[in-house]
Amino acid sequence: MILIGERINGMFKDIREAILNKDPEPIRYWAKRQYENCAAYLDINTGPTVDPKDQPAVMEWLVKVAQETVPLPCCIDSTNPEAIEAGLAVHKGKAMINSTSADQWKMDIYFPMAKKYNAAIIGLAMNEKGVPKSAADRVALAMEIVVNADAHGIPMEDLYIDPLMLPCNVAQDHGPEVLEAIRQIKTLADPPPRTTLGLSNSSQRCTNRHLINRTFLIMCMAVGLDSAIADVEDQELLDAVAAANILLNKDIYCDSFLKTFRQR
Amino acid sequence: MAVTIAKERWTNKVAEVVLGTEPNIVKIGGESTLPFLHFEGEMPNRPAVALEVWDMEPTNWPEILTSAYAGVLNDPVAWAKKCVEYGADLVCLTMVSAHPDNKNTSPEECAQVAKAVADAVNVPLIILGCGIEEKDAQVLEKVAENLSGRNFLLGCATQENYKTITAACIVHGHNIIASSPLDINLEKQLNILITEMNLAANRIIIDPSVGALGYGIEYAYSIMERTRIGALTGDKMMAMPVICLLGQEVWKTKEAKSTTEEAPEWGNQERRAILWEVTTAVAFAQAGGSLFVMRHPESLKQFRAHIDKLMQSNTY
Repeated sequence: MILIGERINGMFKDIREAILNKDPEPIRYWAKRQYENCAAYLDINTGPTVDPKDQPAVMEWLVKVAQETVPLPCCIDSTNPEAIEAGLAVHKGKAMINSTSADQWKMDIYFPMAKKYNAAIIGLAMNEKGVPKSAADRVALAMEIVVNADAHGIPMEDLYIDPLMLPCNVAQDHGPEVLEAIRQIKTLADPPPRTTLGLSNSSQRCTNRHLINRTFLIMCMAVGLDSAIADVEDQELLDAVAAANILLNKDIYCDSFLKTFRQR
Repeated sequence: MAVTIAKERWTNKVAEVVLGTEPNIVKIGGESTLPFLHFEGEMPNRPAVALEVWDMEPTNWPEILTSAYAGVLNDPVAWAKKCVEYGADLVCLTMVSAHPDNKNTSPEECAQVAKAVADAVNVPLIILGCGIEEKDAQVLEKVAENLSGRNFLLGCATQENYKTITAACIVHGHNIIASSPLDINLEKQLNILITEMNLAANRIIIDPSVGALGYGIEYAYSIMERTRIGALTGDKMMAMPVICLLGQEVWKTKEAKSTTEEAPEWGNQERRAILWEVTTAVAFAQAGGSLFVMRHPESLKQFRAHIDKLMQSNTY
């Protein structure tokens, strides 16, 4: 399970203020915390309050501060292609682009960008019409993403398809569809594309959020989820992933399995 | 039409372990692929072979085996020199006499014998206890001290006695054999426990407890295979080279011990027994073994001829 730490995002108040004040400390703090809590990537998002024309410079700054602090690659998260490219340009190692959708015009921007910077990329199984309801429609969009990625020479292990989970209190019927979509996406190519999920979205405005996130992550792992953008502070989530790795025969069991999962 | 060679992309490799001190060193491990898939990854070191020396004369070895060491079996130093003459990469000195049922030799005496053997040969030593966990901890502690800084391989450490042996290896600069009874979960856990004492992972060799051909060889094979795949897919607590203590297993089988007269339908004993030892070793080489402890010099020769072929590049 490739965990992408969600915390460096301008939607959080401390990060928003850090960006406003050009204060690197909160960025460093969360880079370090998430590194210690098994994150393999740091998601970096300027948040919606930064003016679009300032987003490239802010993204560049965030990526630099994060990578000066810990030896982790970033998942460069923006709806603004210029901000993404600014982040990629200063990034060390193999970055991840977050994200393209299945809209042709977006794929025509982001896949060449992924190729140019040798970056991995997340493809959202949605288009301008929104998030599909059924598994079949999600998979159809995923297939368009797979075909376009392949045409641009992106290897399947660098493509992460996100079938998009909606909050379970407003769109409860999406849960089974997402699970089925993950299962089918893993059959779209050989080798298969990877899969990811914005996990915290599944429990927006719900009570017992950690329980919902944790339960859904494990259910998704069982049908082929490779990665998640998640709150890695949640130790019970990490424990559950460690146990799932054992039960899915991905890690060899030993009595210290919770501890070894946390060692890199 | 061009054939596309399917290659796995592994994310980790087996640790490389160096035994001995310059200029007499043996390197094992370091593989970044499954055994002998030179087209897919690196196999920087050949499997190494040790011949076994006891600190007392064996009473239950068949004549076809003792005849290869005629005149030296009661002298570990001369015996070790004979092994080097036969081309052994290492000498495996086993302190059989330390067993309470044998001579119950003291740790101090064992350490003196080990020192004498070490000083007589120009290859690294593997030094094994007598198999009684408590006694082995005492013996190996003294041996480690007496051979301080020689960077030898000491074993076998188990869940019961690893603490003393690990500490001795850390203080005196040796490597450890972590032994588990055909159990991959205990194997991993013991490696974790040893590294938690701060012995570096590249100073541990895994002993999965192998069986001879016909005596559970497939269990050890599966564990070694799973260990290697775990190592290559990123499990650092599985990414150690594996030792196969196979001579002791082969030479207690009836196929190796029965004389030509006792089992005429099985053919000539010498040919049969050596074939049994070579075939067992070959199987474990394919499973991912890095260090082979054997007994008959002719087995070593034939096994090495086989390895020579397997080490030829098969790059496409």
